[in-house]
Amino acid sequence: MSNLVLKYTVDAEDFTRAGEASSDVKGKLKRMGVPPDAVRKVAIAMYEGEINMVIHADGGEITVEITPSQIIMILADKGPGIKDIDKAMQAGWSTASENVRALGFGAGMGLPNMKKYSDEMKIDTVIGVGTTVTMKVNI
Amino acid sequence: MTIADIKNYLDAEVLCGEELMYKEVHTACGSDMMSDVLAYVKDQSVLLTGLCNPQVVRTAEMMDIICLCFIRGKRPSQEVIDLASERDLVVLASSKRMFEACGILYANGLAGGAVLE
Repeated sequence: MSNLVLKYTVDAEDFTRAGEASSDVKGKLKRMGVPPDAVRKVAIAMYEGEINMVIHADGGEITVEITPSQIIMILADKGPGIKDIDKAMQAGWSTASENVRALGFGAGMGLPNMKKYSDEMKIDTVIGVGTTVTMKVNI
Repeated sequence: MTIADIKNYLDAEVLCGEELMYKEVHTACGSDMMSDVLAYVKDQSVLLTGLCNPQVVRTAEMMDIICLCFIRGKRPSQEVIDLASERDLVVLASSKRMFEACGILYANGLAGGAVLE
């Protein structure tokens, strides 16, 4: 069986729509019979990433590849890049504005959470060019 | 405890999901920061919050939470209620404050549940 590849465009214009892609992936994985623990890990990791793309990067593109053994999420944006990855990985460290906090995000848990819920995570970032986060969750 | 019990304990109004009130719940969490819910919550089935935007529903969806309870008299928009309804969530609204609402439920046997380390 060939791998299933899903592609999404994350629109940063409308915060209320953030999470639509993650919601769609969660629904598809459930219907495909992927074990609930893996579905939840993918949903949370991807949702955090999607929120990050909206808050920090003016949107971007998400590709999800579903193989028999793992789910690979590639989140690519053309945002400002991450200046200090070590700091960004620290729980509680955030550059988010008060506006974002008022929406319930920006607690500095995004990237640490993405790492926690994925079995493998890689960040490629170039200042002024963009960031690509690749996350893998084993089934 | 059932969701119907929560409604009674918190003197809450049901905004959607009336037909799902029979569902049993064992654990809950309370927060206005969705980031923290996503970071620390493990198997809780009820979320008490004073935050009213659609991301509360999205967060609940990702975490497999089945009941949202808006506190401090907060009322979500119809758009938020519709989004919750499409996902088979029960939405309650209570005028109690966070501390009081959590305290009442905890005192009546609803636990905090496991925390993800």
